[in-house]
Amino acid sequence: MAKVLVVTSGKGGVGKTTSTAALGAALAQTGEKVVVIDFDVGLRNLDLVMGAERRVVFDLINVVQGVAKLSQALIRDKRLENLWLLPASPTRDKDALTDEGVGIIITDLRTKFDWILCDSPAGVERGALLAMRYADEAVIVTNPEVSSVRDSDRIIRMLDSKTVKAERGERVEKHVLITRFDSARASRGEMLSIDDILEILETPLLGIIPESQEVLLASNVGSPVTLNNAASAPARAYTDAVRRLMGEAVTMTVPVERKGLMNRLLGRRAA
Amino acid sequence: MMNLLRLIGGRTASAPVARERLQILLAHERGLRGRPDLLGVLRAEILAVVSRHIVLDPEKVIVRMDRSKHVSTLEVDIEVPTGLERSVAVAAT
Repeated sequence: MAKVLVVTSGKGGVGKTTSTAALGAALAQTGEKVVVIDFDVGLRNLDLVMGAERRVVFDLINVVQGVAKLSQALIRDKRLENLWLLPASPTRDKDALTDEGVGIIITDLRTKFDWILCDSPAGVERGALLAMRYADEAVIVTNPEVSSVRDSDRIIRMLDSKTVKAERGERVEKHVLITRFDSARASRGEMLSIDDILEILETPLLGIIPESQEVLLASNVGSPVTLNNAASAPARAYTDAVRRLMGEAVTMTVPVERKGLMNRLLGRRAA
Repeated sequence: MMNLLRLIGGRTASAPVARERLQILLAHERGLRGRPDLLGVLRAEILAVVSRHIVLDPEKVIVRMDRSKHVSTLEVDIEVPTGLERSVAVAAT
């Protein structure tokens, strides 16, 4: 049974696209057939983070409008053969994306993939609604910061009321993914703690991604962080999160960077 | 060194403040969202209760809510028709 998972947040810049790419790649590495869809029409970036920006010919809107077939728009990852990307369109006409059109594409993708990851645009408007519309599960990306937690709360209410599942009286399975977490600052009381966030959002935790330079390094070269440096702290955190998504019980930890002697002496990694 | 300075300066952790502000804000927002038509519901229920005892003109029942930074007020204005005694008697039958 294919699963449709939306990666959403309300607030922008919290790490939705990074997380979609990292989770998608980690899922594909377990042997699952995965497609990641960029719903951020007009501001597409998933192709860039995945390193596929020069291979985009057709996009989501072309498929919705019947200009291209789904098979023509899907881009296969160069590193993982069971990872695919459906890019967003650079067009400004966001209305080109319709509820019905998205529904047809998702139904089609369900027959071809094990996991369909929808990278939501920021905001609580039409684009975010369409990204979550057909979801079975949701990953709510949250930073340990007041405005992000507030927006996550708003998105959680939307998942409970505006999705097809909610309208049928069913529930979208929701998970909070905390990103850019700094254990040292949290322990000094300078940052909302994990317990604070979970208590406020009343939603189970999928994983804790530590703040890390590795995330920027990975996006610089167009590679999901789980592929770019699998041993890095964020990559291990995303891999653990994927194991939990697949139903494994994995102890919750905040991975820390393992530094070699040379790196310690030099004080940083070579990029 | 920064920590040491903070200890000396007596600066307190800001996370509990963030937590408290969020809890208050979200309780408020969830309340609004959960009952989008709170005033309409209040008005209908007040009208139903009062109508059991007094004959009222539904148009003359006004429910108003005012939120300011420190105080929120709920104002209920019900105009009772003249000849209250008769209205009560009619409603009771």
